[in-house]
Amino acid sequence: MAAAEKQPVTGAGPLNGLLTWVDARFPLIKMWEEQWGKYVAPKNFNFWYYFGSLSAFVLVLQILTGIFLTMNYKPDAAHAFASVEYIMRDVWGGWIIRYMHSTGASAFFICIYLHMFRGLLYGSYRKPRELLWIFGMLIYLCLMAEAFFGYLLPWGQMSYWGAQVIVNLFGAVPFIGEDLSIWIRGDYVVSDATLNRFFAFHVIAIPLVLLGLVAAHLAALHEVGSNNPDGVEIKKQPKDPQTGLPLDGIYSHPYYTVKDALGVVVFLIVFSVIMFFLPEMGGYFLEYNNFIPADPLNTPQHIAPVWYFTPFYSILRAIPPLFNSQFPGVLAMGASTMILFLMPWLDRSPVKSVRYKGPVFKTALALFVIVFLLLGYLGTEPTNVWGQFGAWLGNADRATVVARICTAIYFLFFILMPWYSKIDQCKPEPARLTW
Amino acid sequence: MVSIVFGRFIRAVVCVASFASFATVASEGARLQTAPINSHDVASLQNGAKLFINYCLNCHTASYMRYNRLQDLELTEAQIKDNLIFTGVKVGELMQVGMDRKDAKAWFGVAPPDLTVTARARSSGAGTGSDWIFSYLRSFYRDPSRPTGWNNLVYPNVGMPHVLWQLSGQAQLHEEVFESEHAARAALIATKGVAQLEEGHEIKDGKTVERFVLKTLTPGNGALSHVEYDKAVTDIVNYMTYMAEPARLERRRVGFYVLMLLGLLLVLVYALKKSYWKNIH
Repeated sequence: MAAAEKQPVTGAGPLNGLLTWVDARFPLIKMWEEQWGKYVAPKNFNFWYYFGSLSAFVLVLQILTGIFLTMNYKPDAAHAFASVEYIMRDVWGGWIIRYMHSTGASAFFICIYLHMFRGLLYGSYRKPRELLWIFGMLIYLCLMAEAFFGYLLPWGQMSYWGAQVIVNLFGAVPFIGEDLSIWIRGDYVVSDATLNRFFAFHVIAIPLVLLGLVAAHLAALHEVGSNNPDGVEIKKQPKDPQTGLPLDGIYSHPYYTVKDALGVVVFLIVFSVIMFFLPEMGGYFLEYNNFIPADPLNTPQHIAPVWYFTPFYSILRAIPPLFNSQFPGVLAMGASTMILFLMPWLDRSPVKSVRYKGPVFKTALALFVIVFLLLGYLGTEPTNVWGQFGAWLGNADRATVVARICTAIYFLFFILMPWYSKIDQCKPEPARLTW
Repeated sequence: MVSIVFGRFIRAVVCVASFASFATVASEGARLQTAPINSHDVASLQNGAKLFINYCLNCHTASYMRYNRLQDLELTEAQIKDNLIFTGVKVGELMQVGMDRKDAKAWFGVAPPDLTVTARARSSGAGTGSDWIFSYLRSFYRDPSRPTGWNNLVYPNVGMPHVLWQLSGQAQLHEEVFESEHAARAALIATKGVAQLEEGHEIKDGKTVERFVLKTLTPGNGALSHVEYDKAVTDIVNYMTYMAEPARLERRRVGFYVLMLLGLLLVLVYALKKSYWKNIH
């Protein structure tokens, strides 16, 4: 019955017949129009708005390259390292696939961090987008898990000892810690059993959850509508009498289709420069030590996680142990990520966008960015990188002291937000977009 | 954390182990020399492969590298089979025949590491992995206190003896002690070649005084002149750099075309975006 009421599909040339047939039996056109084709977005998206679609693009890239890597990789402690080199040498086009995947991992985090920063800039987490933000945060957590599990697979020294250090963190949990970390590893040390389960998580468990969350993130976005650099709700605007759209709204398709395509091409140019000419990116994207096969009997002098985890690793190191336990550090590291979930309720500002927020919030955000980058840098270096203070400060490592100050600022940015966002001198939000 | 504790432990061990009254507290690794390699120089790569297979392989392995991949270096399968395979394996096999690991452990205290990707693994802030190998192979010196009679400035107390000694001759360690860091650094800059500056302290009249030791090498005389030896080492390093990533030149070539195509695509997509957006104000 319902099928008869639907209009035949037009505009698809020779495919019209097929699409009409499918549409009569499946909500094809409805889904397309709701999710993208007739989705109305504000017309003033700027630079920061490229990174949502770019993240989705990198996700697809990672899944596709991951499939081909899986065809040649061996999740076996005795063969894993060699199978990666086999991919790099003997598999046709293997090095391209592998470099795409390894560069893609870092690119994914760059896109996600910039995408999240966009949210902080323009208040994209504020009502009615709280759930959208939460889905996004869950995606971020999944991504961290995905990256962590994946990083063990090449079975190099950094893979091995990075995983060892992170799993040992669970050992700091009071009472059950020791058993917990053995349960995670499936062994007393990181071993073949660990590699196998990490492989399972990396190639199926986490990607499944990730895809589901991305679908939820997009559905929530297309339900509430996109925020924009002015923080104006275009849905509340009067409708243009001619188009029936909000005054400052345009259809995603074709406008943002072509704009995001432009973003993808620019992204691919930067991506290709790294992938083809600097695949190691100075030891940040592919760590030099990871070209040494994992050796459980030989601990590297300096173990650092990959760059995208280092801000949190810095926080972990900055917190002094309590009663000989690292647990406070582990808690702080966990809290540093989890606190972002609360953003929709921490920000009490009358306006969304940083454009109309006052000097206090702007300063706080700038400080937060500086502190985040500084923590990230310090996390890649040993704690004695800047030498020691004199005896007047107990010969403390300079970098540790700086990391502690940064950690304090990091948390104060969130904890004090309900207060400083409220007292700030904001400008009034405009009724129309200002570009 | 683990790394720091372990690092301190290692340093403590090193300090205790230093036999003289002179205790090393900090050393910043040897200053590396830039390897003058050219990955397009086929003659150098071929010579490097020959030297590598003759001098390095079979104590070390290169287990991810196939012999017939050497066709990249403009060698034919027959040439490879006749001139570069001494172990009777097939030309499509990996360079896997090495010293028995148990024997190696007994003889040198450590099994020789696989060398396939060493040119990548040894990279650090001090230089590329190629620079490291280049400097390492030119830094062996006579040290009667070591079981093999050899020591190395770049890799202190290394288990490996100086395999190329007949070519290079026997270098001697030269130590110069400075009382000020400034003078020591000035001397470091003035020296050519691999050099290491060690900072330490000495007990003198019951007081601890700082000391800076500049370690350099006085080269010996071998079958090759110094220039010829450096050329031979350069060729080995050139080959090892190639072996660490055989696809490197192809990667750059493909990358060039990919960027050209993307540049073209950029123009098209930019024009497309402009034309669609011309009415949006």
